[in-house]
Amino acid sequence: MPPYPSLSLFSRRLGVYLTIVTALTILVLLLGINAGQIHIPLSDVFKTLAGTGTPENELTIFQFRLPRMVMAILVGMGIAVSGALLQGVSQNPLADPGILGINSGAGFAVVLYMFFIQGSMVITGWLSIFIMPFVALIGAFLAAILIYALSWINGRVTPVRLLLAGIGINAAFSAGLIIIQMKMEPLDFMKAIIWLSGTIWGTNWTFVLALLPWIIILIPMAVYKARVLDMLRLGDPIAAGVGVSIEKERRLLLFIAVALAGACVSVGGGITFLGLIAPHIAKRLIGWGHARLLPFSAALGGLLLLSADTLGRVVLTPMEVPVGIVVSILGAPYFIYLLLRKL
Amino acid sequence: MNSSRPEDRPRRRERSSVLRLGILLAGLSGLMLSVILSIRFGAADLTYSDVVDALFSFDPENSSHIIIRELRFPRALAAICVGAALAVSGAIMQGMTRNPLGDPSILGVTSGASFFIAIALAAAPAVTYTGLMSFSLAGAGLGAALVFGLTSLSRGGAAPVKLALAGSAITALLSSLSTAIGIRFNISKDISFWYAGSVSTVQPQHLYFALPFIAAGLLLALLLSRSLSILSLGEETAKGLGQKTALVKLGCTIAVLLLTGAAVAIVGIVGFIGLVVPHITRFLVGVDYRWIIPCSAALGSLLLIFADIIGRMVNAPFETPVGAVTAIIGVPFFLYLARREGRGI
Repeated sequence: MPPYPSLSLFSRRLGVYLTIVTALTILVLLLGINAGQIHIPLSDVFKTLAGTGTPENELTIFQFRLPRMVMAILVGMGIAVSGALLQGVSQNPLADPGILGINSGAGFAVVLYMFFIQGSMVITGWLSIFIMPFVALIGAFLAAILIYALSWINGRVTPVRLLLAGIGINAAFSAGLIIIQMKMEPLDFMKAIIWLSGTIWGTNWTFVLALLPWIIILIPMAVYKARVLDMLRLGDPIAAGVGVSIEKERRLLLFIAVALAGACVSVGGGITFLGLIAPHIAKRLIGWGHARLLPFSAALGGLLLLSADTLGRVVLTPMEVPVGIVVSILGAPYFIYLLLRKL
Repeated sequence: MNSSRPEDRPRRRERSSVLRLGILLAGLSGLMLSVILSIRFGAADLTYSDVVDALFSFDPENSSHIIIRELRFPRALAAICVGAALAVSGAIMQGMTRNPLGDPSILGVTSGASFFIAIALAAAPAVTYTGLMSFSLAGAGLGAALVFGLTSLSRGGAAPVKLALAGSAITALLSSLSTAIGIRFNISKDISFWYAGSVSTVQPQHLYFALPFIAAGLLLALLLSRSLSILSLGEETAKGLGQKTALVKLGCTIAVLLLTGAAVAIVGIVGFIGLVVPHITRFLVGVDYRWIIPCSAALGSLLLIFADIIGRMVNAPFETPVGAVTAIIGVPFFLYLARREGRGI
């Protein structure tokens, strides 16, 4: 029995907006499949999807473009939900995986790996690419565990302490990053910069399958916990008063947020801004109830990242613009517009 | 929206004035000492008597004196000014937006400056240092004008939360554009070097050019400190007490702009100080901005000048970026405070 009707999962407004966002996502998917270095006409795209296309087109679409686009959608969903959760748990509208040091933890691990391992050992390109996500994931979790351990006192973690610990950890990892970057070869340095700006690079089905369980399990878990997030908004004492076991719930929500962010950062690099704006845009459009906010943030995040990745791939062909940068350039103006229009 | 719940509300701890004064004086005397250390240690071997003589009885024939006058002294002075400027900017931002995550870069000042520098480097690779500096100042102004202007124009004016959010959006936008320019024109490394703050390349004439800006910003901050204490109680409260909040916020923004713009122009981007020093200061002297502002200035200077000395010594003869050293010194202390306090925002 939800506290009041506007917080429930289903509403007409959510239905309308979700339909619009889904339709847009499908549209961008179709546009993205036929654009790029090899141009495939739309009629051939449909033929190929129906299984009656040429082998070349099948290869291009099924082995290169589609996995990458699915990846972009999944990463966008994960990062957006992670941002929404972190904003809810820390009660701070500026929180996102980037600010709390999860990205810089992952980035630090990756740069460390590039600097020490790749320089000294000759690994085939494929293997090293495959190891990177694991390195990043380890870094992200390390950062999160540090943040939690540092803000944990007498069995409690307050939102403010969490933020402060996040700032500190973020600063520490960023400093480590700078120091290592200064010692890097220009070429490696360039690679690191591009990775840190966010690039979808896990572009085959193996990566998609590796990321999928995280998304499929964690996002519904977050939605299931929506009421707790609604209660946390009222402040800890009130939330405790209505029977939320705050600490346990907060830890679980944090874990979900970090796991999502870590998994996504490991294949998408440091996409910072998305986790901040997707939840805010969602809030502006459909309001505060987390049961609706989380799924809608996910849909928006997927659409935003997919559009950004497609644009980054197509606009400056053959040069690729890191997707994180495109997200900011696309998302920031709209976000500012929404911010100014109503608050 | 933020910190309105009883348990996150700052504990209005009142420190005794004696203690506060002690902290300020300790900071200042530590500063004097570290200036001497900073001038004394470096690649060329100097003695303390050289330092004193160079400052008080300058001999143009003596090479040690030249080194001190032309290199070491400006460098120490730059560290002091930039440290103070960034720490005070951060204190103002945190008080104004009532957000523990507030720092000078959130107003779009730093990203505006670096965006203009990226443009300058891309358009004219042979641009002079002075040219870059003017670009940096202009960009800082543009960034702040964008953030503050946009939020003021919006319905309901520049609410703190809105200011912080718009600031991060503008910052993300401008820094992304800079990175894109860097990748497109293959000048990422140049931009990063400019970004990675360093007091080692300070030239006396640039420093002296920027000094008045920093002095003006610090003075403005001190004048506004009482109003800022009231504003940090919350916008409604401040209005209720008869404060012209829009005017105070505009003044604060101008102070941040002067301080951060000049700091970025002198040394590039040094993170961390603006975000963390105010928290440390608040822990030491309580919540009164009349104390927070001067003490932040002293502590920020102290931290940066020490970071610079350490950055010179650790990996000599190479310089370690001062921003990184600052973070490595400051983080453990900051984390300790976060654990101890966690509420004193």
